[in-house]
Amino acid sequence: MSQVRFISGDEAFALGVSLARVQVISAYPITPQTIVVERLADMVEEGELDSKFVHVESEHSAMMTAMGVSAMGARAFTATSSQGLLYMAECLGYVSGGRFPIVMMNANRATALPWSIYGDHRDSLSQLDCGWIQIYVEDAQEALDMAIQGYALAESENIRLPVMVNLDGFVLTHTYEKVNIPDRETIDAFLPKRNTWDKLDLDNPVSMAFTVGPELNEEFNLLHHKASINALGELARIDKEYAKITGRSYGNAVKGYRTEDAEYVLISLGSISGLVRDAVDRLRKEGIKAGAIKIRMMRPFPKDEIAALTKNVLAIGVIDKDISFGYEGTVYTNVNSALLQKKIYIPSYNFIGGIGGRDVSVDNIESCFKEMINADTKETVRFMGLEVIDDC
Amino acid sequence: MIRPSITEKNKIEKLSRLPQGGSCKAGVLIEKNAGWRNKCPVYNPDKCTGCYQCYMYCPDGVISKEGKGISIDYDFCKGCGICEKICKLQAIVMEGET
Amino acid sequence: MIAERVTAQNISDNEFFYGHKACGGCGGSLAVRMALKVLGERTLLTLPAGCMSAVSFNYPQMSYANNAIISAFAGTGAVMSGLKAGAEAMGLKDYHVLGIAGDGGTADIGLQALSGLIDRNDDAIYICYDNEAYMNTGIQKSGLTPYGSTTTTTPAGSKGKGNIKQKKNLFEIVAAHGIPYAATASVGYIEDFATKVKRASQIKGTSFIHVLAPCPTGWGIDTSETIEVAKEVVDTGLWYLAEFYDGEYHLNRHPKVFSDVTHYIRRQGRFQHLKDEDIDIIIRSRDKTWKRIEGFKE
Repeated sequence: MSQVRFISGDEAFALGVSLARVQVISAYPITPQTIVVERLADMVEEGELDSKFVHVESEHSAMMTAMGVSAMGARAFTATSSQGLLYMAECLGYVSGGRFPIVMMNANRATALPWSIYGDHRDSLSQLDCGWIQIYVEDAQEALDMAIQGYALAESENIRLPVMVNLDGFVLTHTYEKVNIPDRETIDAFLPKRNTWDKLDLDNPVSMAFTVGPELNEEFNLLHHKASINALGELARIDKEYAKITGRSYGNAVKGYRTEDAEYVLISLGSISGLVRDAVDRLRKEGIKAGAIKIRMMRPFPKDEIAALTKNVLAIGVIDKDISFGYEGTVYTNVNSALLQKKIYIPSYNFIGGIGGRDVSVDNIESCFKEMINADTKETVRFMGLEVIDDC
Repeated sequence: MIRPSITEKNKIEKLSRLPQGGSCKAGVLIEKNAGWRNKCPVYNPDKCTGCYQCYMYCPDGVISKEGKGISIDYDFCKGCGICEKICKLQAIVMEGET
Repeated sequence: MIAERVTAQNISDNEFFYGHKACGGCGGSLAVRMALKVLGERTLLTLPAGCMSAVSFNYPQMSYANNAIISAFAGTGAVMSGLKAGAEAMGLKDYHVLGIAGDGGTADIGLQALSGLIDRNDDAIYICYDNEAYMNTGIQKSGLTPYGSTTTTTPAGSKGKGNIKQKKNLFEIVAAHGIPYAATASVGYIEDFATKVKRASQIKGTSFIHVLAPCPTGWGIDTSETIEVAKEVVDTGLWYLAEFYDGEYHLNRHPKVFSDVTHYIRRQGRFQHLKDEDIDIIIRSRDKTWKRIEGFKE
């Protein structure tokens, strides 16, 4: 029987990892990721989870240890955040290129400088190109469910790539919510033990993580690219299967809200998406045809799905908890490219907000819609909710 | 005896012929190293007492024990000359590659 | 320490490292070859980006006959822990986890991961083949480059003497962790090295072997001289053969009379610029080391 508990996003994720019967956990502490690994350490210690906890001396080693585990054919987990993600960055492309289906939780946190332990998306978005599948969840329930689905996705025969599941730091990792926890038998049936031919095998020795010269290197990268794209369809398939056993569905890589007749649509990632939907409801009451799109997966990028939801829209906005200094938010860049490729030529605006843990209110979001409606195209990239006058 | 060996190189014409994961078969050689050599170890079994020091110290492992003496795999010998120096009995002498 | 001595007579005929593209006379490749012959086919090997992976992992040419995986440069110790934990999780029995890295990959960029491995005391063998510079990238100074050696980043010129730092004392850095087994070796005494690999394989917990392995390309010696030079470095006392176990140091070989340091120095291109007074500094440093290690058990 499933049970309902009142837990934080980190704890929910830890329970998901436990239900996925991860065999080895290697992690290095960083706020606000710590709770997930502390809970897992407790579960291992108390015998609830038959897993080995490897105490590594850095995030770089956390990922390299996970790779070693995965190379043996076992299921590996690690978690990190911010500077930790950047410290292990070298290993990210390594693990994806080597096709190791590791799942990692990333607690989204600002990157220094200035120092901040609070949330934004600059850590994970800076790693979009590293070849991982990137998922952003909205609440603690989705965190638990995506820990489990993350392994199903990563280990799919037509994917075999690592999956990074992103939780907004503090807002999600440390906020307590009611979470439905499936029972072990249900999840065991959904996610059997990892069984792969692609491993170091004492009876059939292999070489892994090898060099490929210019004559075939591009082809290996094309294979990686194609595997990543497969995750769009696979995510939807897994979601349906998961819904059958738990009753919970999150849809595919994007989720639209009141987009059917929407004229103005705001796009967001992660925990802020609920506020965007609240703003949409308020504006609808004023007669404004507002809509929202939540992007659940940034890689592979769901360009067709986004285009399908924005066909009849007059203008779109993208809220980015990210700034690629000197240009714009990275989600905005990705969305604009998708629209152009689909020949959707509409005004688009970028609202940079929630940087370094800055609160974003429903009022802030409402004003984003208003700015889109007012069609001021002079400055398409704007910082929202500034507390001081920008006179520089 | 286990030892990586020469396999014929197949031209890969389709993406599906590449390894579809992170691993490929171990111990597969498609190229020999014989072309590297400008000196060649010449073995004289009459002088060999089978101490196998040449076998032990060969960085490329191309010297094998054979009966009471040794044999050399000239496909992979690079001609470094360590075996000649190791052999106290001059059972191996480096000669110019022809 | 009990372990049967590995000799030419009793060593396995199998060759697990073969057809590789290392330079002729490469000392590092001999260390790798020997270690795998001793440990056998059920060895899970990891090695970082460096000579011994660059020469052996070019798809589809794979020169290792056993299971092998390249780690990130700094990650050897961590991948070893992962392989061990993964092998345990998969219920494997009767195998070895082996990591092999060069001097830079061990004493510099990989030191943190090595320290973590020893701290965890995972049952695995780490071998550092020390050719005294970053050879794969073109002979740059590492933390184990000896005093006086010219490298491409410590060039000897009108002002410079080459590298002016002494080698890091890696063996004792490792031993200071309280590791169950550590040893030094040289490819010039190959049976001693092979026997130490055997001992390491019988230890429960982490073991470490630091093996000196000349690089003809980087050292400026003929390819045929690798073994002579690797013996001479021990005979001159510039390198010593020792072990650390049960919390104590043991000296394996104590030359009554050291052979001529000047001969060792003068035969190598990397030391060509040194003057007699520089060689005196090297000798004094050696004598200081031997005074310190006199306390080692024999």
